[in-house]
Amino acid sequence: MTPTPRVKTFRIDGRDVVGREDQTVLEVARENDIRIPTLCHLDGLTDIGACRMCLVEVQGWGRLVPSCVTKPEEGMVVVSQSERLARYRRTILEFLFSERNHVCAVCVSNGHCELQDLAEEVGMTHVRVPYRYPGLAVDASHGRFVADHNRCILCARCVRVCGEVEGAHTWDVSGRGIQSLVITDLAAPWGESDTCTGCGKCVQVCPTGALTEKGHSVAEMSKRRQFLPYLATMREGRR
Amino acid sequence: MRRLGYAPHALVESLHAAQEAFGYLDKPAMQFVATGLRVPLSRVYGAATFYHFFSLKPPGDHTCVVCTGTACHIKGAPDLLSAVAAEFSLKAGETSKDGKFSVLSARCIGTCGLAPAVVFDSEVAGKVTSEQMLERLRGWAAS
Amino acid sequence: MTPDELREAAQIELAAQARYTQKVSVCTAAGCASCGGVQVKEAIQRQVAEEGLKEQCLVRSVGCMGLCSAGPLVAVEPDGTLYHHVAPDHAPEIVRGLDLALPVKDLVCPTDQPFFARQHKIVLENCGRIDPDKLPEAIAAGGYEGLAQALTTRSPAEVIHEVTVSGLRGRGGGGYPTGIKWTTVAKAFAAEKYVICNGDEGDPGAFMDRALLESDPHRVLEGMTIAAYAVGASRGYMYVRAEYPLAVTRLKSAIRQAERAGLLGKNICGTPFSFDVDIRLGAGAFVCGEETALIASVEGRRGAPRPRPPYPAESGLWGAPTLINNVETFGNIPSIIRKGGDWYASMGTEKSKGTKVFALAGCIRNTGLIEVPMGITLREIVFDIGGGVPEGREFKAIQTGGPSGGCIPEHLLDTPVDYESLHELGSIMGSGGMIVMDDSASMVETARFFMEFSMAESCGKCVPCRVGTAHLYDLLDKFARGDATPADLALLEELCDVVKNTSLCGLGISAPNPVLSTLRFFRHEYEEKLKAVTA
Repeated sequence: MTPTPRVKTFRIDGRDVVGREDQTVLEVARENDIRIPTLCHLDGLTDIGACRMCLVEVQGWGRLVPSCVTKPEEGMVVVSQSERLARYRRTILEFLFSERNHVCAVCVSNGHCELQDLAEEVGMTHVRVPYRYPGLAVDASHGRFVADHNRCILCARCVRVCGEVEGAHTWDVSGRGIQSLVITDLAAPWGESDTCTGCGKCVQVCPTGALTEKGHSVAEMSKRRQFLPYLATMREGRR
Repeated sequence: MRRLGYAPHALVESLHAAQEAFGYLDKPAMQFVATGLRVPLSRVYGAATFYHFFSLKPPGDHTCVVCTGTACHIKGAPDLLSAVAAEFSLKAGETSKDGKFSVLSARCIGTCGLAPAVVFDSEVAGKVTSEQMLERLRGWAAS
Repeated sequence: MTPDELREAAQIELAAQARYTQKVSVCTAAGCASCGGVQVKEAIQRQVAEEGLKEQCLVRSVGCMGLCSAGPLVAVEPDGTLYHHVAPDHAPEIVRGLDLALPVKDLVCPTDQPFFARQHKIVLENCGRIDPDKLPEAIAAGGYEGLAQALTTRSPAEVIHEVTVSGLRGRGGGGYPTGIKWTTVAKAFAAEKYVICNGDEGDPGAFMDRALLESDPHRVLEGMTIAAYAVGASRGYMYVRAEYPLAVTRLKSAIRQAERAGLLGKNICGTPFSFDVDIRLGAGAFVCGEETALIASVEGRRGAPRPRPPYPAESGLWGAPTLINNVETFGNIPSIIRKGGDWYASMGTEKSKGTKVFALAGCIRNTGLIEVPMGITLREIVFDIGGGVPEGREFKAIQTGGPSGGCIPEHLLDTPVDYESLHELGSIMGSGGMIVMDDSASMVETARFFMEFSMAESCGKCVPCRVGTAHLYDLLDKFARGDATPADLALLEELCDVVKNTSLCGLGISAPNPVLSTLRFFRHEYEEKLKAVTA
């Protein structure tokens, strides 16, 4: 017995908006053309609230909350743009840029990269913290795809699309903290994975140049994600 | 070992059991656990590397665990580790080349009253000095 | 076991103990065990047998008596003598002393010193007084009386009311009112609910939970069972660190014995209420002390936290309403039920009731386990109970709350110990680790130590904690090496602010606390490190 979701009226950035209680603040904002920056969120995948780009202020709440997993409440007042939020978003992007090796000029995804786009959007022009340059491996063992861990931002979209949509669960995150790394199977080379179906969904959902198709040169790799909302809808229908 | 009914949620417990039986988690052990519990391989690997208690490398014949909790830190655990590094050129988490012993570090073993504490094999020793520690290790190296 | 049978069992055990005219209790908890407690017990046992005193003198192992720095400890009853620093060689002397009722002078540890006199034991009342492996001893000491009382004479709502009245707050560190937590779970509609006991004591420098589980495991089980009755759960999990093998063994044995006695499992105390407890081992991840990460770990996944709400009380283990309390919180429950919420609320301060167990360690004379009423000042803990800083050194700071807490300097030592006061100082109550530092300690080094801890223990899920703690560590390292510039100091403060306000879970949110508190009280130490470069 699931009660029918109720409708809630609330405010985002001074505008009155209406959402169902099973929606998220982010969804309602998007419906109303209010742009909240996101990175780990992707329509069709479960939200994990990990990248912290979509943090918003809610009046009367002590803490910032990620809008991708926050449900609307009657009368809540959400602020998605403020000087403070902008500063936090810039710093988080600096963290991401400094964590590994994001040299756009030589990246196949240059110009088609969500990390790059976001940096432009929030005005992150330079990185004040030292770059870490961990010098990670590039796995080119797969016949058609390449995994460059130096460009990975650990958004776990590949893990989610592989587990939730494809159902193979070839990808997962290994290690923890700053040592985290996405891996296939028991950290075997991607090409030797027994579970990988080679569907390429992970490549298409990857926001950066970490997972790419082979044979592209600098700035040539753009991602095609049209399949995802379609697949997600089909799967929901079957349930 | 399969007390919990082959359910996926028994993953961490099963890894514990496997590590207890074999001393560490090798590939076949992880594959076995994955198949037995019907858990994706990558998830098994993810869990095994997430928890620092699990080791994917075979340990030495003897192990010595240096506590690096706050109390032990203040009372000289770093000195113990640097003494070991100086004599055997081993860092925490490494095994001597001949496989005789491994040096590990742990986050507080809860005997702060006796800081600095070191666990030699499974015996806890309190108020350890660098000299005592090196002596034990020398003994192991010579065995 | 029905309440009547329980009373009977207590009587039988008391009578059995009364047969002995003398009792020698040797501490064999991890602290004393690591300096030979077990051997001491065996030596005394042998000696007693040799002298033919077996019939009148009982030699037994007990749990932690608190003063770990003076271990192994041996207590003799009825004369109440406490021996410290006992070695197996002392056995003949001690046993001879028994015979003549003359204590061995050199080994006597005065029990009227403030370390013992200033304590008030509730949770630890049976620690060091019973053999943790023997259920009858626990029962004779009042164990399971609260459970029997709750099950047979009170409704779940009345039990919760009692806990609410007591004013007990979560002893894991957060200080969330326990009564409210229980009510939330009790009111949730669900066929299945769970109770989890959080024994993932990851805070380096804290060993309260370990000591309690090793010394009086039945008390924790009793508390859990009462909670399960109150909220309507039929399954529970005991999450214990794998680094505590002795605690795990004792818990396993306690669960088995309680089940056999009908105090756990099906139809507890002869009532329709059933509750099963399973042990789950932690595997070396500090972040699993966080509720949602703990649940992920019990479910067999990577211990990564998830955003709250929904809170576990609403949707926790396998989506079911789940009550998670810390070991010490559960340890308070039996006494509250037995003696009443008002009795408990009469101790402590206005907002922090009852007592709190602390693990006192670091540069201090008496290290060990203490239980004190809330509201006691830090000065009393450090100088009266702890006996001050040894070896002619000066007290510098006391660190509470581990990697999530802060350092409190000398001039603030008169602060009362309660949740709010410690929070105001930028520290937290935490689970109860207290580390004393003397004037040889560098605060920058301390901050770096804790940041290294937070960096290594970060689960890596959210960006600010994963990358931010690494950058903070690098910056602190730069300070420790004397390479930092004034710009680094500004950056340090800014990054602390970002990590604190944008991280997903408590680990990231509180990771900057050691830095912020040392910056607040010992800023000059950071600045001195700067000058070395700029001058």
